[in-house]
Amino acid sequence: MWDWNFVWQIIPQLADGVVITIQATVLGTIIAMIAGLGLAIARRSRNKFIRYPFGFAAEFIRGTPLLVQLYFLFYILPDLGILLSPMVAGVIGLGVHYATYTAEVYRTGIDNVSKGQWEAAKAINLSTRQTWTQIIIPQAIPPMIPALANYFISMFKETPLLAAITVLELMNQARSVANYHYKYVEPMTMVGAFFLLVSVPSVIFLRRLEKRFAPKLR
Amino acid sequence: MTDPIIRIEGVSKSFGNFEVLKDLSFTVAPGEKLALIGPSGSGKTTILRILMTLEEINGGGIFVDDEPLWHMPKNGALVKADEAHLHKMRAKIGMVFQLFNLFPHKTVLENVTLAPMLTKGTPKAEANALAMDLLAMVGMADKASQKPAELSGGQKQRVAIARALALRPKIMLFDEVTSALDPELVEEVLNVLRKLADETDMTMLLVTHEMNFAHDFSDRVLFFDGGRIVESGPPDQIFTNPQEERTQTFLRKIVAAGQRI
Ligand SMILES: Nc1ncnc2c1ncn2[C@@H]1O[C@H](COP(=O)(O)OP(=O)(O)OP(=O)(O)O)[C@@H](O)[C@H]1O
Ligand SMILES: [Mg+2]
Repeated sequence: MWDWNFVWQIIPQLADGVVITIQATVLGTIIAMIAGLGLAIARRSRNKFIRYPFGFAAEFIRGTPLLVQLYFLFYILPDLGILLSPMVAGVIGLGVHYATYTAEVYRTGIDNVSKGQWEAAKAINLSTRQTWTQIIIPQAIPPMIPALANYFISMFKETPLLAAITVLELMNQARSVANYHYKYVEPMTMVGAFFLLVSVPSVIFLRRLEKRFAPKLR
Repeated sequence: MTDPIIRIEGVSKSFGNFEVLKDLSFTVAPGEKLALIGPSGSGKTTILRILMTLEEINGGGIFVDDEPLWHMPKNGALVKADEAHLHKMRAKIGMVFQLFNLFPHKTVLENVTLAPMLTKGTPKAEANALAMDLLAMVGMADKASQKPAELSGGQKQRVAIARALALRPKIMLFDEVTSALDPELVEEVLNVLRKLADETDMTMLLVTHEMNFAHDFSDRVLFFDGGRIVESGPPDQIFTNPQEERTQTFLRKIVAAGQRI
């Protein structure tokens, strides 16, 4: 049933997939962090012509499956003349999808800094920029870290969806090896083991982050 | 008589349909210690917040040091103040809040040095020296490297006073600075205020429910009710011989609640 020789034989090919999976997660995370910040700022805008479209787009993206969005990016955008490579489409899909979640984390993090902090900053005559950089952001970020980390672990576990748009990430590599040899147990078990091996320590690390940042600074 | 440092002229302020301040006018002389008393909701906090530019006015005008606070001159007329003007005006005014509002991620010392360093470009060594003097004045020098969370309420409030003093404001606003404190911690904060009143020529506006302290501290008392000044005068007169019925009723209630006046 379980063939160790086969395991050793397919490791190099799966390792290529691991590299792509990790790249996709890291790039997706970076996009989610930056685009999420932009989205959070846009949704706080005083101008409703900025606030509403971004709010609507965010709700739309969160209300539809990532897989559908990936199909749009990869199979439908080319009809509109926008041709993306599988990896680029995948990373954008992951990043933008998760940006709608990180934006919410930023938003609550910022809203949770009390009004008194803004007022105290004004009373000592700090500029708006100084208030953000010295007072608000340093207090808003620590409580955000566990929630952000949680989303990035989820994103990591969703990277196999990129297989649907032909990205040769781990799942896709495993599937192609399996199809080729008509042997599914080893490749699929190895994929599961890899995700477990990364996720479990990440979750343990996350629990520690939560403990570290849970006691309110205030 | 010297020119007033604060002139409030016909100021009105509403929250939604609710008019909190109604055509309010009064002046404050330089160096004057003014106590603002009155029932809850009478607008005392609102007038301090307006002076600190935390709350806009809906009508009338305010002059601080002969300059308009919420307006600025432009092409010979007064227009609504922009952020640069407000920034300039704020440098003259400091405020201490009921709930301290210290910056929890900064040490006691950093709380005090932040404003001089960021808004005046004071070099760090000089800002530290100034902050240590102020912390010594409020009896908190030995806690300079601690975080606010490690302090008692009274200690926090004394740090907050030092922080507000660090920009050397001409005018200090105190909004019920002891009412969030346990009774045994009130006195240490009041002592700092007494010291400031005795040793500096700052103009001080104090909102308080501590009538006894208002009596000792102030040169003049304003009694507010319903967004208007009902009565004003020297503390001896207001507390021992109030003329207006509403003032009398208010003070009777205070005495009935067990306060000494
Ligand atoms: N941001 C706001 N929005 C709506 N109403 C407000 C706001 N701030 C104050 N008010 C109302 O304005 C009135 C005056 O408030 P203010 O805080 O100035 O009273 P106060 O004299 O300081 O009372 P207290 O002694 O209870 O502190 C109150 O009725 C209050 O509910
Ligand atoms: Mg009040």
